[in-house]
Formats: sequence, C-alpha cells, structure tokens
Amino acid sequence: MMKTANKTVTATRLVKDALAKVKHFEDYNIFTFINEEGALKKAAEIDAKIARGEKVGRLAGVPYALKDNFLSPEGETTASAHILEGFSSPVTATAVAKLEAEGAIMIGRTNMDAFAHGSSTENSYFGPTRNAFDKERVAGGSSGGSAVAVALDIVEFATGTDTGGSIRQPASFNGVYGLKPTYGTISRYGVVAMASSTDCIGFFTKTPDDMNLLMEITAGQDPKDMTTLPDYYKESTPKESSLRIGIIKDFDNESVDIEIRKALKKKCEELKAKGHEIVELEMPALKYALAAYYIIVPAEIASNLSRYDGIRYGFRAGDSQDLNALYKNTRSEGFMPENKRRIMIGNFVLSSGFYDAYFLKAAKARTLIVKEYADAFSKCDFILTPVSPNPAFKLGEKVGDPVAMYLEDMMSVSLNLAGVPGLAIPAGKTKDGLALGLQLVGPRRSDKALIEFSKELI
Amino acid sequence: MKYIPTIGIECHVQLSTKTKLFSEVDNDARGKEPNSCVSPVDYALPGMLPRLNGEAIRLAILAGRAMNCEINAQSRFDRKHYFYPDSPKGYQITQFYHPIIGAGFVELPSGTKIRIEHAHLEGDAGKLTHFDTYSLVDLNRVDTPLIEIVSMPDIHSAKDAHDYCKELWRLMCYAGVTYGDLYNGNMRFDINTSVAPEGSDKLGTRTEVKNLNSFRSVERAVEYEIERQTKVLEAGEEVVQETRGWNDATGKTTGQRSKEEAKDYRYMPEPDIPPINLSAEFIEAEAAKLPMMPADYRAKFSSVLPNDILEILLDYPELMQKTNEIDEKYVKTIANLFTSVLLAEEKSAEYLNDLPSAKDLNELAEMNTQKELSSTATKEVFLRLFDPQMKERGAKTIAKELGLIQENDLGALEAIVDTVLAKPETKKAQDDFRAGEEKVIGFLVGQVMKESRGKANPSAVQEILRKRLS
Repeated sequence: MMKTANKTVTATRLVKDALAKVKHFEDYNIFTFINEEGALKKAAEIDAKIARGEKVGRLAGVPYALKDNFLSPEGETTASAHILEGFSSPVTATAVAKLEAEGAIMIGRTNMDAFAHGSSTENSYFGPTRNAFDKERVAGGSSGGSAVAVALDIVEFATGTDTGGSIRQPASFNGVYGLKPTYGTISRYGVVAMASSTDCIGFFTKTPDDMNLLMEITAGQDPKDMTTLPDYYKESTPKESSLRIGIIKDFDNESVDIEIRKALKKKCEELKAKGHEIVELEMPALKYALAAYYIIVPAEIASNLSRYDGIRYGFRAGDSQDLNALYKNTRSEGFMPENKRRIMIGNFVLSSGFYDAYFLKAAKARTLIVKEYADAFSKCDFILTPVSPNPAFKLGEKVGDPVAMYLEDMMSVSLNLAGVPGLAIPAGKTKDGLALGLQLVGPRRSDKALIEFSKELI
Repeated sequence: MKYIPTIGIECHVQLSTKTKLFSEVDNDARGKEPNSCVSPVDYALPGMLPRLNGEAIRLAILAGRAMNCEINAQSRFDRKHYFYPDSPKGYQITQFYHPIIGAGFVELPSGTKIRIEHAHLEGDAGKLTHFDTYSLVDLNRVDTPLIEIVSMPDIHSAKDAHDYCKELWRLMCYAGVTYGDLYNGNMRFDINTSVAPEGSDKLGTRTEVKNLNSFRSVERAVEYEIERQTKVLEAGEEVVQETRGWNDATGKTTGQRSKEEAKDYRYMPEPDIPPINLSAEFIEAEAAKLPMMPADYRAKFSSVLPNDILEILLDYPELMQKTNEIDEKYVKTIANLFTSVLLAEEKSAEYLNDLPSAKDLNELAEMNTQKELSSTATKEVFLRLFDPQMKERGAKTIAKELGLIQENDLGALEAIVDTVLAKPETKKAQDDFRAGEEKVIGFLVGQVMKESRGKANPSAVQEILRKRLS
C-alpha cells in the first residue's frame, strides 16, 4: 500500500525522498518539469494539518507524477510538444483536482510522445525516456515517463492517458500495473485531447489495491465532461470466486514473441489450478481493429489539433508575412513528424469524397468490434491477452518505420474502440531481464472486479 | 424569353440564452469590453470540452414549432473545420448530419407558404477588425447559440424574399428565442438566387449573397441578382456559381469566391457531445410554452383592427403583446395611440422597452370614451405615461393634475354658458347668430371654453348654446 504522511514520517520527508530519487534517475529523462518548490510547500501545509490533529485526505503526502498532458497551474503543460511551449494553464484538470484534494503531491510532469502520438516516448520534444530495466531500450508510450517513474519507485503512482494502449503498453514494458478504465469513467476535462472518443484517463501503480484506491477517488460523472458515465465504480460488485477466463486464439501465433506466449500459458495454468476455467475465443473482427483505429483516431487528432495555431497561446513562429504563413510556419515548426503524419492521415480520411470510403467504413468496423466484445463476454468473465507483441524494443529501432510502430498497438487498440477496460499486469521477466506484461480485459463497467481479480495473477 | 427566378434563403438567428451554447459565460456581450465574455472553453484552451446548454435546446424547440416544423427525437453535433482566428477551436460545432429541427413551413401574410428544409443548432464565430498591418480578434461572440434556418427554393420574387425574412423575424421574436436586433446581427440572411427560362424543368445556376442584415437589403440584392443573371442569360452567357458580396451603398453585388475555391470543411461527428435524445413528452411540454404567434394575433384582431394597423403592430412584438392585454372595447383606441402617437415619437425605441401597464392604458381609453378627455388631452396623458417622473401616478391622477378632465356635467356647463352669454362682449355675436350667421357659434364656444379653462366638452357646449339662442 502507498505510504501516506503521519507524525513520524512527514509529508516533507516523503517529498524530499522522492525529489532525491528524481535527481538520482535524471539520466532516464523521465520528467519535463520538477515541481520542487510547489511540492515542498504543499507538504509543509499537510504536515501542519497533521500537527494540529486535523483530518487529512486518503493520499496525504503521497508523491505522484503527472503526465505532461494534464492541465494544472504548476509549470508548463506542454504534452511534450514544442507547439505548447510556454503554456501555463489557468485551469486544473478534474482528475488532478480530485487527487490534490486528497492530499497527493505532484513531484513533476512526465515525458511522453508529443500529444500522446506514439508507442515509445521517442516522439517527445524533450527526447526519449529510457526503459526502467534496460537503458538502451524504450520506455514504451505514450505515457513512458509515468511508467518509468513508478517502476523506479520514484513516486507511489503516476497518471496516464490511454487512447490505444498508451498506459498498458509502457506499464508492461516496465513491470508495473497500468489501468485503462471503461471509457467515460474518469473525466477528460483538462486533459490535452488526442482522440476524444477513445481517450481514457488512468494510472500506473505498484499494486492492485493502490489502483482501486485511485479509482475510488477519481471515477465519477463530471458536468464538465458530457461523456462521463454516471458514478458506477464504488457500487460495482465483485465477481464470484470461480470464473471463466477467455483467451483469444488468433493472438497465439508467431508474430507474438515466444516468451510472451509462454508467460500467458503459464498464467492460464495457474488460473486453472486455482479453479478457474479457460475458454478459447474466436474474435475475427479484431483483425480490423488496427486499421479502423488508424482511421478514426487520426481523424479526431487532426480535428483536436486544429486549435494549435499560434494565435492565442503556446509557440508562434516568427517572420510570418501573413496569416496563412503564420499558420503554416507555426504548425510546421511546432509539431513533431508523427503529429504531422497523423494530421495528414486524419484530414485525408475526412475529406469530401473520402469520408464514406474511410471514416464511415472504420466506424462500421468499430460497431462490429463493440458487438464482438459483447458476445465474448457472454462466454467468459474476463479475457487475458498479451498487451503488445514484443517486450521493450531498442531505442531508435522502429523510429523510421511507422507501420512497425503501429503494429505494437495491435492488441491494445480494440479495447479503446470498444470502450472496455483493460488492466496491464506484471507477468515476470524475459531471459534478458526485460519486463513482461499481460492484459486483463473486462466488460464495460467491470473495472473494480477486474482490479480485484488481478490479485489472482500475482 | 421570360425568366423565372428561384430563391432559397438561409437565416442565422442568434438565440437569447443566458449563457453560451457550450460554456457558462454571459451570452449577452452588448456594451461589454472585447474578450470579456470568454471562458477557457470558448477560448479553446487544450483539454477543454463543450458543455451543451439545455436552454438552447428548449429555444430550438420553440423556434421549430413557430415554423410548423418537426422536432427530431434524436439529433447530433458535428465539427466543421476551417482555420481562421475567429474560430479558436479550428472548427465550428454545428449539426450537419442530424439537425434538431426537421421540415416545416412559414406562411407569409399574403398566404404564400414557404417550406422549411430543416434548421440546426450551431455556435457563432468571433469577430475580426482589420487594420493596415494587423487585425484584432474579439471572441465575445464565439459560441453564441445560433439556429440556421434553411428554406426550400420556394421563393420566386424579391418581394416574397423580403416578406419571408420579415415573417421569419416576426416568428422568432414572438417565439421569444432572440432579441431580434437586426442592426447588431441577431439575424443574418444568406440568399441563393437563380433564374431559369419559363417552362424549364431545371433550375438555373445559383449565386449566394451572404450576411445580409436587413429586409430591404435582401429585397434589393435579390432584385439585383435577378436582373444581373437575366442579362447574362439573355446575352447567351452562363451564370457562374459563386459567392457574391452585397454593397449597400452601390446597390450591387460583386463576385468573391467561386465554386472551385470552395472550402472542404471535413465534417466529422462531434465526439465530445453525446447524441441528444428528446422524448415526445419533453418536446410537447416545451412546445406548449410557445406564446401567441403572428397568425394567432391576426386571427384574433382582424375583425377589430384595420389590416394596416394590425401589420404595423405585428412589427413591434412589445406593442402587439400589450395590445393583447387591453380590454377588447379599448383595443382600437390604444392601437391607434401606439401606431400614430408612440411610433411618431423620437424616443419610441426606448419607450417600447418600458410600456405602461394595461391598467393605465385601459383607464386612459375609458376616460377618452367617456368624453372625460378630449383627443388632444388623451394623447397628452398617454405620453405622460412614459415620463419616468409621472408614470407611477397612473392615468387618472395625471389627467386630474394636469387639469385635463372635461366638464360634462350639464348643469355646470349651462351655468358657464349663461355666464358667458351675460357678458356684454358676446352680445353682438349672439345677435349675429340669431340673424343666421352660423359660423359665429365657433367664437361663442371658444369663449365658453376659455371661461371653463379648457375643461368643457366642446360638443356639449355647442348643444347648450344652440338651445339658448334658438
């Protein structure tokens, strides 16, 4: 369980320890901003409260790391993108406000692929973050900084966003828990949008219980986000003791790393030994998931990134002779190559004459995928799959091959299209000492039961 | 060859909601500093999400019903993309695929029906002011709720185009969905005009003139376009499909943007706003709140008021609604005061916002009918009812205080008449009248009026005089 502050172990102590570790692991390039002054100030306030015997929150003095796409007034919120350089937010994200109200203390903002576009944190304006188990390898992404901050025990937990695997994949690359909740569980208000219909707010933790506590604190309907679900998290009931666990036949093939497949089989044996039933599932529609995802998501990205025009905030290119040049120069210099690639794909699939052939067709595939998950959950309680086809790859290995990079997401994106929750769980190490992870998938709103069940796999 | 014009009109109506369409800041920016009515959502900070204003949905239901339109049980929002500093998000949130208001019609005073194709909700854009080397951006108007009303191409003359726009304006004002201030752009019209040879089953190539904000400019622009396009066709040339700008000073339209340069708006379903589902019960409950419409007023008052007076009143919803509160027997008197006295006043626009109570107006009309007030005195008291120093006192007290109540008591009048007739200076006139000089009666009435200090009822005085001198 997370250590909270008390009279003997003060918040100031916890914060100072965390800050010392931030310094110690500097070469991993985890943080884009270190909130030293702000964190110590808040710690002093909490310590004063404790000294006066006043009630403190459930996360009193707990140091945490904030992914750089969450808006809060501390430092600059840049989503690790050049185009947001200099932007300090006047507003606070709903999720951040809830954590802060419980006494959690933000130690720093974590590195990410710019605007969360990527699976390795190599697309950051601040350079890549390094893997917690092998500094020559990627942290995964897009929430790479957050995953490594928890894996190296710098903080008790970190926030993340997951649009197609951006929490689960870096969690599995770094051996920690990472939850993508049911779509609409945690408010997106104040989180830099990637793709509105698939973006989910979630966390990295070291234990399932920590994850449950964070969900209890942050889940719930928010009038500022019309897509949030009515509060369900606390009320959801745990599943019975003997469950049916589905495995997807199509994922057991040679394109998936042998050690990951072995880890999955080992977990299945353990579950059987504990009295659970293993069910083989046919889910043929999932083969369309990656293609549908890389149409719908870029379309929403192109749209959501339209506001970054250099007019009102953030970076503005100099030497522009007219308005069009200002737009062109600002966006050309301000976005990373991967941002531009997705903007171009997105605008292409939305163009007049192409909308029906691409966007609408992808939307239909999405409907099929939603249905296929619903069918699957009539045959089983949860599904256990790999998170990604490979463990952490080498820095630079896939930078020049966008399609190879997109294939990293093939097992994670269908959950985002279907809106169902997925929890990445640690599942041992490879013979080279890299972290292995698996993902537990549940029906919509089964998040609490999913977290509870993951204890069976420890 | 004779050419038949065909016109379709799109009209943007700014809704008078308290707050904006997607945020909680004040929607009424009149007289406010630039960029002072802007929330982080309107400003399009990163991570901001629209929060749909329920009041706009309710007003859209009223607007739809005012045009006899279907209200769709499910509607959605879409994003319309373009880059310009008046659009902070880089897209406008509109309803491209599934609008809230379906088909209906508007009936013109002439009885002609213009069909409505649909109407949708959307957010307005900001405002740019251009200078030599820079432009200033004011985002106060960003995401003011609009409904865009799209007519079918059912209009075939400049006059009908004018009447349609005016009737739409009346409908929206009576439905209470807009402030209806045309000068400040509360309603704006885009006209699509084409002409085709008589008997042709195909419409001609159309042009669009955008952002007209008066009925007169709509009429003139349509007239101009019909004439221009007819000349083009008569010369054997082709009309170019394009957007044209209207110049009110020259009375001409000029080409701005052709079809080839038309933008691709890359429409996309708005993922931040779930579909709007309205139950039949909700729609009916809201629609029931629709106040009396112009057609209702016409039906009610056409037998009481002359048509020209009624149509003038309909142009001023405040006057029409007030007239509706007046006792039936006084409606004509008050309607006349409104149209011939109030509207002739320099400050009439100001007066419209603060009309006297129906009680005061009824009292005033009663005094007039009872002959307690002459018509001149009635007008005077009427205008005093707008005087902030006096209005509180009420019509009766004002009339008394100003000494305007006419003397109708026969005994008292006879006494005054007798006093006047006893005066030596009236002797000659009396003799002349008896000798048959009719017109001196006027002099004698005047003398009586003077003696009564204006309070005597002149027709009663004349009657008594005639009796006495017969």
